[in-house]
Amino acid sequence: MRYLSITPEEKKRMLEVTGVDRVEELFDTIPKSVRLTSPLNIPQPASEIEVLKYFQGLAEKNVSTDRFDSFLGAGTYNHFIPTIIDSVISRAEFYTCYTPYQPELSQGTLQAIFEFQTLICQLTDMEVANASLYDGSSALAEAVLMAVRLTKRSRLVVPESLHPNYRKVMETYVANLDVQLSDLHLMDAGRVDLDHLEKTLKDDCAAVVVQSPNFFGVIEEIREVTRLCRRAGALSIVVVTEAISMGLLKPPGELDADIVVGEGQSFGIPVGFGGPNLGFFATRDRYKRQMPGRVVGQTVDSQGQRGFVLTLATREQHIRREKATSNICTNQGLCALMCAVFLSTLGKQGIRELAEQNLKKAFYLRKQLGDRLVFSGNTFNEMVVRCDRDPTEINRQLLTEGIVGGLPLGRYFPDRSDQMLLCVTEQNDPKKIQRLAEILTRVEVAS
Amino acid sequence: MRRTFTNFGLEESLIFQKSSPGKSAYSLPGLDVEDTPIEEILDPDDVRSEVSGFPEVSEVELISHYTRMSTWNYHVDLGMYPLGSCTMKYNPKLNERVARLPGIALTHPLLDEELCQGNLEILFRLQEFLEQLTGMDGVCLQPCGGAQGELAGILMVRAYHVQQGRPRRYVLIPDSAHGTNPASALMAGYEVISIPSDGEGRIDVQVLAEKMTKDVACLMLTNPNTMGIFESHIEEISQIVHDRGGLIYMDGANFNALMGYARPGDMGIDVLHLNLHKTFSTPHGGGGPGSGPVACKEILVPYLPTPNVNQVGDAYRLSSDESHSIGRLHAFYGNFGMVVRALCYILTCGGEGLKELSEVAVLNANYIRSRLEDHFHLPYSTPTLHEVVFSDALQNKRGVTTLDIAKRLIDYGFHPPTIYFPLIVRGALMIEPTESYSKEELDSFVDAMIAISQESLEDSEKVTGAPTGAKLTRLDEVQAARHPVLRWSPDEDTAT
Repeated sequence: MRYLSITPEEKKRMLEVTGVDRVEELFDTIPKSVRLTSPLNIPQPASEIEVLKYFQGLAEKNVSTDRFDSFLGAGTYNHFIPTIIDSVISRAEFYTCYTPYQPELSQGTLQAIFEFQTLICQLTDMEVANASLYDGSSALAEAVLMAVRLTKRSRLVVPESLHPNYRKVMETYVANLDVQLSDLHLMDAGRVDLDHLEKTLKDDCAAVVVQSPNFFGVIEEIREVTRLCRRAGALSIVVVTEAISMGLLKPPGELDADIVVGEGQSFGIPVGFGGPNLGFFATRDRYKRQMPGRVVGQTVDSQGQRGFVLTLATREQHIRREKATSNICTNQGLCALMCAVFLSTLGKQGIRELAEQNLKKAFYLRKQLGDRLVFSGNTFNEMVVRCDRDPTEINRQLLTEGIVGGLPLGRYFPDRSDQMLLCVTEQNDPKKIQRLAEILTRVEVAS
Repeated sequence: MRRTFTNFGLEESLIFQKSSPGKSAYSLPGLDVEDTPIEEILDPDDVRSEVSGFPEVSEVELISHYTRMSTWNYHVDLGMYPLGSCTMKYNPKLNERVARLPGIALTHPLLDEELCQGNLEILFRLQEFLEQLTGMDGVCLQPCGGAQGELAGILMVRAYHVQQGRPRRYVLIPDSAHGTNPASALMAGYEVISIPSDGEGRIDVQVLAEKMTKDVACLMLTNPNTMGIFESHIEEISQIVHDRGGLIYMDGANFNALMGYARPGDMGIDVLHLNLHKTFSTPHGGGGPGSGPVACKEILVPYLPTPNVNQVGDAYRLSSDESHSIGRLHAFYGNFGMVVRALCYILTCGGEGLKELSEVAVLNANYIRSRLEDHFHLPYSTPTLHEVVFSDALQNKRGVTTLDIAKRLIDYGFHPPTIYFPLIVRGALMIEPTESYSKEELDSFVDAMIAISQESLEDSEKVTGAPTGAKLTRLDEVQAARHPVLRWSPDEDTAT
């Protein structure tokens, strides 16, 4: 067993010091009646070669973006990951340490998170950000809980254009609390119907959730949403699933959002079958003591040198137990580091250029799809197309040409079973974009 | 005694302070489609100005930035990290390699089932192994950390009681429990009743019997508990709780003590969570990502979060039955990358290997206990499994506290144990060596602890003034909380 470092001889000496003859005796406090009497039904140990081969075999049964051109987005985005990121996060100093409870031995992690919090604030144009949450969907759930705490109101307004899985996660979190959900319609443009919002917003509304670009790719009128919220005394929660868009689109903070949450996977984290991802959470300075999750703050040591610590711990479960702002214990530390390295690599110019390439390449597809587009509103790098045939059928055909098509929307919205959500990133080959457009716009001749 | 020396460490400012216009660390290909002006695509009112404050540095500067910062961290590969309850065991390198295979890491979560059979097999096999290890009937791998696993479990308990007629009102939690337990219970809409520990460091069964009414939904039990003590009255506890229609949730944070020896499913546990980042060797990553699968008995299977993976003939399918499920906890399938690593670990160790890991973890902890019990106060003499909790009672007579002892360990080249937890021990020092380290490493740790105890008696300022060998001396946490500075900004810059 190569993960153990004790010889049988040493084991014997250790048992002597411990005062028992056999190691089994150390388990005597477990009553015989609840002991496992048979061996575990788990295979014999496998060698490094065998294990690697097994996983390589499994990898071959998957369709991955290193071999296919993919147009799937919908909350997970296929962006290029600069080589430097894996180099940094593969340092054991970063990936094998724990939550920085002992700041004197964790300044590397703490400074990296402090930089992450700053980068998120700069990008969202918000005042404070936490050290990250599990993913965008649970970040939204935590935001909603915070809004309910802050406003002491119970209604949440949620548009159809919110990622359906985000909505489900949010529903799980609020299921047993005194919270009601109100649905919000979309207009033909694919944006939230502001008249409907105005009518829905009553004085029992804790928060309005708005995703932009929304699940259908359309850019929402956030400023109008936040204005209506302000008037009704409700908080506005802006959700961003495609974080690259913030390199180009007006940041939610500038549009007067109260809480900005979202998914940071686009920032240097592999699509990874959806996890680990990175939930980010930013808000106004006045709400910082109600924020969920870990937060790093700057301070000094006893010699007056700058250093960083986990702070505002009086919000947290290990101090406050059932009175905590959340039950959160872990963050997504290493993913936050990936994000920080990614954003520092791209910098001011790079994030803009990357966002522009996404916009323009997606627009290249959009133009070719013409009147097959379902929504008229402006989009960033995702769009919904109406299909003549079953979208699943189209995807099957695309696959034979090395293309992974879009997401058939019927999976989430039965009334949209003829629609497909497509995403274009800097990774897509223009020839494949063109081919995709040809197949999608081909009129099927009735046979 | 372990010898430490001051390494070649370098100061490093914040990345924002190293920035100067014109530098860059990225490279993108030229735009390979027609270049339409942005104002023809977007409403100019929707377009932002540059991201103010974003850094501009070269790739070389960026690498030295993070490399310098990395040297300020203590980590598992450097040496023993005896943080009790956190199980800082070795994180195998093979796990990392496997998780990075392009065919696994570069797969989209919304692929059709036929196009990700390899990944679904990974999920399915880990579900099966965890069922086998825990003796439970169903597993969901979606929760992203222990706390989310707890939330899932308690929501399932609630859903079960609702189905029985009413959700009930209370959750019983021992006073030695992790703080996440009461916080999770509250999020599921329950009120918490705390159950005291008895003189042996176990849950007080008599008080439990009094508090266990028909208004109690469940007992949340950590077993072995945070003292490292097995709750030997588990069968009696199970009877008390189940007789009154309640369920038992087990916090499986300490499951690494039990593998191959006992299964929660055989001792009356109805639902539990496991921490893949503790028992199953996935790295802690400086605070995450973790993974907290939830496992349950047949009666709770309908309430598991969705989706899960089933085997249908030769193929793997995502379950679609949501009729009784508590719903989703993650936009996709949770921290899948951690699932890959945990499966890799289980296959590497095998069933017998896992049992041996638990044995050695328990042996190491007991060895440390035996060697230290003459030097540190042991609040409970009850036998312990994978961890041991001492207190600062002896050293405190000379004004030395647990915090001082922890900080002094840094000077001896060790990460401190968990301190001031569990709350039932005043000045707790909670030591969990794990199975990973050599006898030599354990001995060095013990020697350092004994030396600190001596210093406390003879030269206590050495201890109360620690650390002196780290990058920084003790940090002012009060100032950090009273005047929070949570981000860098150019005008508040007080950098060195």
